[in-house]
Amino acid sequence: MSEIVLDNVVKRYPDGFEAVKNLNLSIGDGEFMILVGPSGCGKSTALNMIAGLEDISGGELRIAGKVVNKVAPRDRDIAMVFQSYALYPHMTVRDNMGFALKLKKVPKAEIDRKVQEAADILDLTEHLARKPANLSGGQRQRVAMGRAIVRDPKAFLMDEPLSNLDAKLRVQMRAQVARIQRRFNTTTVYVTHDQTEAMTLGDRVAVMLSGVLQQVGTPMELYNNPANLFVAGFIGSPGMNFMPATLTNGSVHLPMADVPLPQEVHDRLGRQPDGRRVIAGIRPEDFEDATKVDGDGRARGATFKAKLDLVEAMGAEFYAHFGIKGQLVQSEELQDLREDAGGVEELTESGEHVLVARLSPESRARSGEDAEIWLDASKLHFFDEQSGEALTSAR
Amino acid sequence: MESENTPGRKSLWGLAVIAVLVYALFPVIWIISLSLKTPESIGDGSFLPTHATLSNYSAVFNTDFFPPALRNSIGIALITTLLALCFASAAAYAITRLDFPGKTLILAGALAVTMFPAISIVGGLYNVWRNVGLFDTWPGLILPYLTFSLPLCIYILSAFFREIPWDLEKAAQMDGATPLQAFRRVILPLAMPGVFTAGILAFIAAWNDFLYANVLTTSNAARTAPVAMAYFTGASQFQQPAGAIAAGAVVVTVPILIMVLIFQRRIVSGLTAGAVKG
Amino acid sequence: MATVAGTPTAAPVAAPPKSHGLTERAKAERKLGLMLVMPSVVVMILVAGFPILYAIWLSLHRADLRFPNLTAWIGLDNYISVLSSHTWWSDFFNTVIITVFSVGLEIVLGLLIAEAMYRALYARTWIRVAVLVPYGAVTVVSAFAWSLAFNPATGFATQWLGLSTPPLTTRAGSFAVIILSDVWKTTPFISLLMLGALALVPEDLYKAAKVDGATAWQRFWRITFPLIKPALAVAVLFRVLDAFRIYDSVYIITNGSNNTASVSLLGYQVLIGRLDLGLGSAIAVLIFLCVCIIAVAFFRFLGASPQRR
Repeated sequence: MSEIVLDNVVKRYPDGFEAVKNLNLSIGDGEFMILVGPSGCGKSTALNMIAGLEDISGGELRIAGKVVNKVAPRDRDIAMVFQSYALYPHMTVRDNMGFALKLKKVPKAEIDRKVQEAADILDLTEHLARKPANLSGGQRQRVAMGRAIVRDPKAFLMDEPLSNLDAKLRVQMRAQVARIQRRFNTTTVYVTHDQTEAMTLGDRVAVMLSGVLQQVGTPMELYNNPANLFVAGFIGSPGMNFMPATLTNGSVHLPMADVPLPQEVHDRLGRQPDGRRVIAGIRPEDFEDATKVDGDGRARGATFKAKLDLVEAMGAEFYAHFGIKGQLVQSEELQDLREDAGGVEELTESGEHVLVARLSPESRARSGEDAEIWLDASKLHFFDEQSGEALTSAR
Repeated sequence: MESENTPGRKSLWGLAVIAVLVYALFPVIWIISLSLKTPESIGDGSFLPTHATLSNYSAVFNTDFFPPALRNSIGIALITTLLALCFASAAAYAITRLDFPGKTLILAGALAVTMFPAISIVGGLYNVWRNVGLFDTWPGLILPYLTFSLPLCIYILSAFFREIPWDLEKAAQMDGATPLQAFRRVILPLAMPGVFTAGILAFIAAWNDFLYANVLTTSNAARTAPVAMAYFTGASQFQQPAGAIAAGAVVVTVPILIMVLIFQRRIVSGLTAGAVKG
Repeated sequence: MATVAGTPTAAPVAAPPKSHGLTERAKAERKLGLMLVMPSVVVMILVAGFPILYAIWLSLHRADLRFPNLTAWIGLDNYISVLSSHTWWSDFFNTVIITVFSVGLEIVLGLLIAEAMYRALYARTWIRVAVLVPYGAVTVVSAFAWSLAFNPATGFATQWLGLSTPPLTTRAGSFAVIILSDVWKTTPFISLLMLGALALVPEDLYKAAKVDGATAWQRFWRITFPLIKPALAVAVLFRVLDAFRIYDSVYIITNGSNNTASVSLLGYQVLIGRLDLGLGSAIAVLIFLCVCIIAVAFFRFLGASPQRR
């Protein structure tokens, strides 16, 4: 039994700055929990508090039922994989992996056995006698994982372990991390800023922003039912499109079309004042080239004409950029999302706000031309203009 | 480097290298040559000895004050170095790893202490040492030597400790090490080169001292080698002490030179580690 | 703005005042840190701070070890004696001469040697050797070597250079030998520091300057020099402080004869030679003050120059 519970955990620095605010999170035994969010959101701080490398300013941290706020890292029986790997440069791979066991005075034969086992799983057997300086980045990463595996701890904590690897290697290692976790069934808390990693690795994902937990759920829950604007825009790549909208009886007025709302959306929205202004969101993948959509599909949504500013050919699909009229309300979440994406807002030549639609690879759409686009109305999300809260999430 | 490495240029710089070498070794070769000259040929004004002899060396070692002086120098310099390294490692570790008030003050203070003129310190010590019985003793020299060896070691060790990534200690904590275990098994092995370098430089500084030893010693009990050399000129049993002085000088300095040449890479890195930081 | 998934908390957390109490870990860290530096701090205060204070105290008394029962408070009388004595000012002048010439030569030579080392593609090891041999030579040994070389009774230098009067019998000559000994020993250290500074100047700047038509001299003055000025200033500061305190070489080479005594040597002569602790301490404190003034003046100068861009 090694579940980890954060109960109202707060991290406050001496100057008053709160890096983590009232974090409530339960991680089940054997669960793979991802903490994701932009830099500065408090995810690493939270991880360090679980590890014991940072003090907890308020609230309780419980591991396997015991309150461990004051327990030193070495007594928590947790293994950590650092972003920089933190391998001991003066020790061989074998000694690096066996260090923790040696400190516990485990008999040498057993240390060798465990190290050999981990080395076999991680394909490190030929490197056991080498020092970290003589290993490639990927090999070092595996040694860092091996160090954690050998200890057979109550939980693995991983702080962006893949971010120092190049893209292709990262994809390979992602799969290996997932396999290892499943094989050992150890509770794992994994921190990353990359939402793709979060979506593909986690049993559940916790999205954080500015020290506050935004939403926690399975990847599909976050994708389909984001609790607020930030989660909606953060999860999914390319990100969700946002536009100003007005709700009227049974339909919504969008900048490019008036769309009647399907029954299920209408039900989830509940009663809304007529003419209420909201922020509407729809993902690029919920658009399509209208010529590719059959009658059934068309009934579920609406079509509109758009002048395509730019069409990117990806091979498996097209991404079409087009502009819409109407000013988007500036909310803090949108600002945060923009900063996370690099800080530049995309505008057309005429200064219009840009939306991105994913079109089928057989589409004939071209840059600079007009096209008829269809959108899936059942995939529309609506958010309150002021608070950013989702109006349509099933809680 | 310059792209126009014509043969002309190369030989010019080659000449410069040779010039620098001559510059550096000239006095050393001179003193060795002088030590090998027979007493009669001392005054003949030649650079190299016409007749070489080792009699100067045997004369020097046969005196009753030179061998003890050598022993004193070795012992005092060694103990000073060990003490300085111990205190400085602890201080350097605290300064680079721990958070506590007064860090900059201590570093600035250490720097200031190296600038104190020895004469300003030694006067007071002369009187106090005589009153507490530390005059002409090993501790009587070791303590003042710490005024320059401690700050030196603190600076060099701080520079080296700062190079060790913080993450390694965190990893050691997670692996189950107590702070002492983390220090012993992770930090110390990585800091060894720095410790070694600081030790060599401290030893050289202690060995080199003249003022403190000259004032605070008076007999074979604690007189060090550099002072013993100056003592030669007063000894009346030598007609021409120059040869003996030279022999003494060689014995005093050549071992240090050999040590310096063996550890040259370390020394250069140590000297530039703290220094270039400005 | 954002929703928190999970049960909301009941007890509100009040904002604490600034720097409200340290956590236990921070307190423990503080304690450990202070404990670890304590021995070093104590030693430094004991063997450096305390003697200076004692010297100040002694300097304000008549304290002569030959007449111990005449010890009495005499205020600034010792200082007045020193500052109105011809010997003090003469020796002060000597010290300034030695300092100015030594440091000047060392900087120029040091820069030249550093340039040579910088451009030498081969023989790096030999250069390192050349730099470190003087560093490793005991100061007293260096002083002896130079002194014996210029002594006609023992050395060759007087004849080699064709000098009619042995340098060690004249004041200027003695200064020359002292300065030579000091320069020989410390130039390599300066060149090491300068080498480090030179290595930090980006090669591209030289290439750009060459393309712009600058001569070697211009390249040095307009690119190299400004960029190494900070390191140079630090090197000069340390060397000036060291040179001002010169003692070993002067003692060995002339022991103050030919009117070449340095202020440190004067202090030694009064303190230990004449056992006049009061007067000697006054000299010692004055030397300490001089060093402080030099250091402060330098820091002002160093602080001012970056702003004068």
